[in-house]
Amino acid sequence: MILYILCLILFAVGLYGVFIKKDLIKMIMGINIMGLAVNLFLIMIGYKTGGRYPILSKEELHIAKNLFSQMVDPIPQALVLTAIVIELGIIGLLVSLAIRLYEKYGTFDVTKIRRLKG
Amino acid sequence: MKGLIVLPIIVPIAASILIVLFRKGWGLALASAFSMLGLSIYFLVTKFQSYYWVGAWETIGIALNLDPLAKFMLLTIFTLGSFSLLFAKNYMQKFTQPWKFYALFSMLLGSMSGVVITGDLFNLFVFMEITVIAAYSLVAFGVEAEELEAAYKYAVMGTVSSLLILLGIGFVYSSVSSLNFVQIAEKIKNLDSMLPIALAWTLFITGFGMKAALVPFHAWLPDAHPSAPAPMSAILSGVVVKCVGVYPLIRFSVVFRDFHHGLILKIFMALGAISLLIGVLLAVWQWDLKRLLAYHTVSQIGYIFLGIGTGNIFGILGGLAHIFFHSLFKGLLFLGAGSVYYISGTRDLKSMGFSRKALPVTYGSMAVASFSISGIPPFNGFWSKLLIILGTIKAGYLGYALIAAVGSLLTLASFTKVLRYAFGGDRKTDVREVPALMSISMGFLALLCVVSSFILVPPVYDIFLEGAVEVLKLGGF
Repeated sequence: MILYILCLILFAVGLYGVFIKKDLIKMIMGINIMGLAVNLFLIMIGYKTGGRYPILSKEELHIAKNLFSQMVDPIPQALVLTAIVIELGIIGLLVSLAIRLYEKYGTFDVTKIRRLKG
Repeated sequence: MKGLIVLPIIVPIAASILIVLFRKGWGLALASAFSMLGLSIYFLVTKFQSYYWVGAWETIGIALNLDPLAKFMLLTIFTLGSFSLLFAKNYMQKFTQPWKFYALFSMLLGSMSGVVITGDLFNLFVFMEITVIAAYSLVAFGVEAEELEAAYKYAVMGTVSSLLILLGIGFVYSSVSSLNFVQIAEKIKNLDSMLPIALAWTLFITGFGMKAALVPFHAWLPDAHPSAPAPMSAILSGVVVKCVGVYPLIRFSVVFRDFHHGLILKIFMALGAISLLIGVLLAVWQWDLKRLLAYHTVSQIGYIFLGIGTGNIFGILGGLAHIFFHSLFKGLLFLGAGSVYYISGTRDLKSMGFSRKALPVTYGSMAVASFSISGIPPFNGFWSKLLIILGTIKAGYLGYALIAAVGSLLTLASFTKVLRYAFGGDRKTDVREVPALMSISMGFLALLCVVSSFILVPPVYDIFLEGAVEVLKLGGF
């Protein structure tokens, strides 16, 4: 249980970085930390201490019933792989936007990037 | 025949890839959008139903589910998508590489159909991410300072909300060990602890609420939507907000129906009423035409949630119809604002004042759309708002009915201002009407603003809306 709570604290650290930090790059790092926290959370859902990979070889078929209970849930791992790819894409887009913003405004400080009202 | 279900996802995405290869392809994008519009009408008319397992991995794979609600959303996506693309040809000429716009736009349409067709929680997340990544890029398409700023803000808010949603999906999976909507709905009935589902709902309402720009989370929308090129603003306000924000929430209210369904609907109503009022109050003071329209999007999304939250037939019907109607008239208003910008290069209402006679098509379609959004009787917005107000009264919430009526009046006031300032003068008569394709696109949408009211009348209603209303009344998937 404590691990899950630590994981959510990591998420909150990322959230802090996004909403409190004034630097574009630090905000992106905050998003990255949030993403890692979510990935960690997903992995922990399927994790078993001392578990084994969810693949049976031919020799193991006769003891398959005993092995099933030890197997790690593979779905969260597949989800995390997908989520990592998506996060990579988003971080790449955000960094490229930050670079373009730096070219236009000459700063990474969000308080100085304020031509819009909202 | 069951495999037809994948076409609305595959065809636009394939078109997008081909456009990137050939470095041109307005025609291809347009053909794919219009053929998918035809296909979604075919789905509706023939009452085509399909539950399709991708790769034939029955019960453990990814399911696609084409139910009446999804079909209705497909119609909404491709109606506005096709006409926006028709409009885009001339509008995008001033940009250096319009093919990039068409590629991203097709990708956006395809991934949005993925969001509405999917029957799987994580698959919904993946398609949602493709949609929003395309949307961030399209908001920044002009790469001017303001556009980049708006896109950055949108991307940061969007990513935070996506991660909240992913965390919520993790909570759901940890509790029911399934991602399929049907299986979740079955397994949720006999759960020991509802705590993970409650946490997941909190995260979903926050996350999708941010994407749907419900009021506490609306700050990004008035920056992001006006910064995009006009056809993109139209699709952002008209469809994207609904596909990645409104649709998942109303779909989840059906999937998680055994978890305090009444309470969730009450939350929808409260959030809807707040958004409705605050959105329109903020809109009245705006002088930037596209910004004003963006604030009205916040307000109209409030109407949809208010209607669907009532949980009775009037409210649900009104809310669903408002999804379609709002996409038509808000899309038309943004295209109209785009053609004013195309003609004069301004978005400031104070410096407009064009002659009505010089711009008959732009003025006419803007007027039709303004009457629709303010709820003037023969136009479509009136009927959906009337049904929503009837629904709130029937559910016994007179206060919300009053808020909806006041919101409608303020909308009328705001659009009287738009028509008066944008087209009130006779000073500027030396302007030329927009090119034919843009006029045709706006003319058709204006026609649809009037004609689409008929989807509430029985013979047509049976085809378009009956099934979707049944789904939301918990009659099954």
